[in-house]
Amino acid sequence: MNADVIIVGAGIIGAACAHGFAERGLDVLLLDDQRGGATAAGMGHLVVMDDNPAELALSHYSLSLWRQWAPLLDEGCAYRNCGTLWLAANEDELAVAEQKSTLLDAEGLGCRMLSASAVHEAEPMLRPGLVGGLHVSGDGIVYAPNVARWLLAQQPQRIRQQHAQVSEVSGNRVRLCSGEWLSAEVVVLATGSARELCPELPIRPKKGHLLITDRYPTRLRHQLVELGYVSSAHSSAGTSVAFNAQPRPTGQILIGSSRQFDSLTPEVEHDVLARMLQRAIDYLPSLAQMNAIRSWTGFRAATPDSLPLLGPHPSQPGLWLALGHEGLGVTTAPATAQLVVNQVCKQPCAIDVTPYLPQRFASAEQPA
Amino acid sequence: MSSAIELHINGQLLRVTPGTSVAAALYLAGDGSSRTAVGGQRRAPLCGMGICQECRVTIDGQRRLACQTPCTAGMQVESQP
Ligand SMILES: Cc1cc2nc3c(=O)[nH]c(=O)nc-3n(C[C@H](O)[C@H](O)[C@H](O)COP(=O)(O)OP(=O)(O)OC[C@H]3O[C@@H](n4cnc5c(N)ncnc54)[C@H](O)[C@@H]3O)c2cc1C
Ligand code: FES
Repeated sequence: MNADVIIVGAGIIGAACAHGFAERGLDVLLLDDQRGGATAAGMGHLVVMDDNPAELALSHYSLSLWRQWAPLLDEGCAYRNCGTLWLAANEDELAVAEQKSTLLDAEGLGCRMLSASAVHEAEPMLRPGLVGGLHVSGDGIVYAPNVARWLLAQQPQRIRQQHAQVSEVSGNRVRLCSGEWLSAEVVVLATGSARELCPELPIRPKKGHLLITDRYPTRLRHQLVELGYVSSAHSSAGTSVAFNAQPRPTGQILIGSSRQFDSLTPEVEHDVLARMLQRAIDYLPSLAQMNAIRSWTGFRAATPDSLPLLGPHPSQPGLWLALGHEGLGVTTAPATAQLVVNQVCKQPCAIDVTPYLPQRFASAEQPA
Repeated sequence: MSSAIELHINGQLLRVTPGTSVAAALYLAGDGSSRTAVGGQRRAPLCGMGICQECRVTIDGQRRLACQTPCTAGMQVESQP
């Protein structure tokens, strides 16, 4: 045995799991080939999402764990409790805001409805004419790659990191590209998608574009998200864009986001970027005068029900999965780590894990 | 030189020949640096072709790329902070 636990993938999910196992006194070997994943590409918005009860339970639980980490994180993690301002552009979206408010309220989450004038007062950069909004106070932002580094640095004596590409997994064993086999009591797959190592799992890449501006004197205070996003985020076909803007602590504005299933190349697609920016300028007209310094893309690992796979592989004893976090993996990383570690250590979980068990797709599995 | 263009860099008057880029003017006026990075170091034009974004300056109140902007008469260029 090369360790108690081998984790494949050192993104925010692998790092949070490594941290969780190390806290229980287990020795972790963390393998990553540094090809770069969603953690370095994403937006790092910590947001309670409520498209279904399981997503709400996971993100709510995870936000409470983020608040425990917050005072410990270093400056590079750039945690800010900026809150989210959900924007309603019409009466339909206002109704969605009200439903959301009722749901979050029932969960004990701090939120309040804002009138059109209150929205404008909160964020004067927004165009006039929005009909209202919902402010969710517990949400925040981080710089996820630095959080992953910070998590690994907390337990240096228990976590060993090795630069290696894994070419095959088989239960509690992994094969490196060098041909060498490594084994542990438990192997955890945290590679985001599973196209190479477990192609039988139903995870599809969903491309997203982001763009960041130059630094300007601070103008935004909250993460801004249009409520039209609710319909865009989970549509299963085609390309959609929705307005999403984040004030970075540097004074930059990070702008998202697009969602597309049919593109597998990492190149920025100028037609998609143009649509995304046009949407952003619709909400923040003065963006048009600002200088953008970078645009890039990333891939979300999407499952059919938009929930991650957290638990034992349906048919490979010794192999555990922490995959498929779609557009919410930074938010849900601390909860994922707790749910995976507690399952492996046979301890009770703080929330019901049933909706996230990989077993739910076992019938869809194609034998090789 | 009668056809020289006059502009200001951080409030200082500079005369350049027509066709001079703002990036070149930064070198003529001082150490060539364009901006201060988030970590506090000074930065200067690097690629000269509009890709690296290191040459960002404020020209007449707007953020612009110095390497992609020709000097024009009366321009106010700020490379600080
Ligand atoms: C455009 C965009 C915006 C997003 N915005 C947000 C947001 O605002 N809020 C939020 O919560 N989430 C957001 N997300 C989602 C979030 O970024 C991801 O869910 C999260 O980063 C997933 O982390 P991960 O560790 O599972 O995967 P990754 O970060 O992809 O890490 C996987 C790691 O595995 C390694 N790896 C893969 N295969 C192998 C192999 N065979 N051998 C060795 N190593 C391997 C890779 O090098 C990589 O380091 C966004 C995602 C995108 C793309
Ligand atoms: S010097 Fe690289 S963009 Fe101007």
